[in-house]
Amino acid sequence: MALLEATGIVKSFGKLTALNGAALSISDHEFHGLIGPNGSGKSTLLKCVAGAETPTQGRVQFAGADITGASPAERARAGMSLKFQITSVLPALTLYDNILLALQAKSSLVDLLFSRSRGALHDRVMGMLEQFRLAERAHDPASALSHGQQQWLEIAMALAAEPRLLLLDEPTGGMSLEERRVTGELLQPIKAGCSLVIVEHDLDFIRDICDRLTVLDQGSVLCCGTVQEIQSNPKVQEVYLRRA
Amino acid sequence: MRQDTRVTEVPQSLPFAVPGGRRRMLPVTEVVVLVILTLAPLALQDYLTVYATRVLILCLFALSFDLVWGYAGIMSFGQSLFFGTAGYSVALIARDLDIASIFVVIPTGVLIGFVGALLLGGFLLLGRHPSSVIFVSLGTMTGAYAADRLARGWYYLGGQNGIPSIQSMTIGSYELNEGPVFYYLALAILLIVYLLCRFLVRSQFGLALAGLRENEQRIAFFGYKVQHLKAIIFALSGAVAGLAGTLYAFHEGFVWPNMLGVVMSTQVVLYVLFGGAGTLIGAVIGTVVVEAVTFWLSNSYQDIWPIILGILLLLVIMFRPAGLISLVLGERERVGNFGRSRQKGGHGAA
Repeated sequence: MALLEATGIVKSFGKLTALNGAALSISDHEFHGLIGPNGSGKSTLLKCVAGAETPTQGRVQFAGADITGASPAERARAGMSLKFQITSVLPALTLYDNILLALQAKSSLVDLLFSRSRGALHDRVMGMLEQFRLAERAHDPASALSHGQQQWLEIAMALAAEPRLLLLDEPTGGMSLEERRVTGELLQPIKAGCSLVIVEHDLDFIRDICDRLTVLDQGSVLCCGTVQEIQSNPKVQEVYLRRA
Repeated sequence: MRQDTRVTEVPQSLPFAVPGGRRRMLPVTEVVVLVILTLAPLALQDYLTVYATRVLILCLFALSFDLVWGYAGIMSFGQSLFFGTAGYSVALIARDLDIASIFVVIPTGVLIGFVGALLLGGFLLLGRHPSSVIFVSLGTMTGAYAADRLARGWYYLGGQNGIPSIQSMTIGSYELNEGPVFYYLALAILLIVYLLCRFLVRSQFGLALAGLRENEQRIAFFGYKVQHLKAIIFALSGAVAGLAGTLYAFHEGFVWPNMLGVVMSTQVVLYVLFGGAGTLIGAVIGTVVVEAVTFWLSNSYQDIWPIILGILLLLVIMFRPAGLISLVLGERERVGNFGRSRQKGGHGAA
């Protein structure tokens, strides 16, 4: 059974239909790429899955439960985590506190009031920062990081709560080639723990890390398959050539 | 890729050091303010001690607003609603039930402020989607305005004149009248509330509040129930405002509609902006400085003092948007650290 099953997703903004019956199916430990030309509905579909947008029609099931109407917080508590397209780390807080903030989200109110989990979470905070090569800057404010490092910090925050499904919206946007390569390296080890849905324009990056791809065009699914199947699909080539 | 390897270790020899080599100024500032407030009655004439007591009570009120705006980013433009409602309630209890025991009226005032804020907060903050800053500020302001108008028109509450001649608050058979005893009672209560607020904003709950203030949507996607967090801190701030309103009613000996209205709500916003939102000590300093300057200006320039005060407030807000406290505390110390690293030379939120 699929971990995530989104079917018949329609999303309209007034007269504009951004998604028109889109679907997405993700298995456990699968790295899945969402690609398509600009305006094809990739980010909107991701937002509908994450709860940032409510679908006009359609159904989203996660781990067997219908979460179509669930709030972002309920989805997060169920094991879903999102990294936004626009970097949204908390700039005034230190890197350490950014990660701690993400890690303590599921603590009870009493635990938060009496800081009961602060000591216990220390090693996990430092572990996440080390995993993303940011440990030496743990006590710097997030605003002092470069754009690429802020993207890493946000991925680390999204991963901190050990989600079952991680949703990444353009994680390499604005990064240098070297930073993109390192980002790929940083994402590979998480495969053992969770599934990944990634929206990305960099097709080389997608090809390197994803098992399967879904191609969207004009709000609908054009095709879905392995990287090789998608690469050799004439419809995909036509869509990309048409837009080029 | 190239890693920035700036080291932020703190020299162990500096007891008040913060990362970056600066001294920790927050505890020093807090101690200095406490010493000044403790010694003030010894240097002040009696009528000034009475005025200073009022200022201490207003400091409590400013803390209540700082909790919601400075720490959680909720713009409550109707904070006086809880201040005034608690003041009117204890005044009625004293007038109609002849009860003025500190052990009854203070818990009652706190409870009324808490419940009032919980009800209004529930209405304004607990929707399916996060409420906008404009919605909350207009909603709270409307509440304060409506309460003000209600009090002015309701004969039972004394109408325009309010409720005069409230009996003194008592501890057993001892009457707490204005003067040094009431001053030190207000100072003790302010100190206790300050320490409780300090504990709260430096806890992991305080970190969640910082997240709420910085990026509400982001923390909702971590799994925080942001509306619940907002309602809780709003209710707690209402409790502190209720406590301040109770003390104010008994100290002044009367309550009147202005205690509930928009003017009082605006005044507390100015205290906090002037001192520095998001720092507890900034709220205290802002209140003391604004009230001291108001007192001095109104004596020296009886006709034009509001204009001078307004210009002064504008200058501080324009050139020191982080408030007067930013003259003493750096940004890192104002924002604070929340993790275990604090014990290794870091520092908590101000």
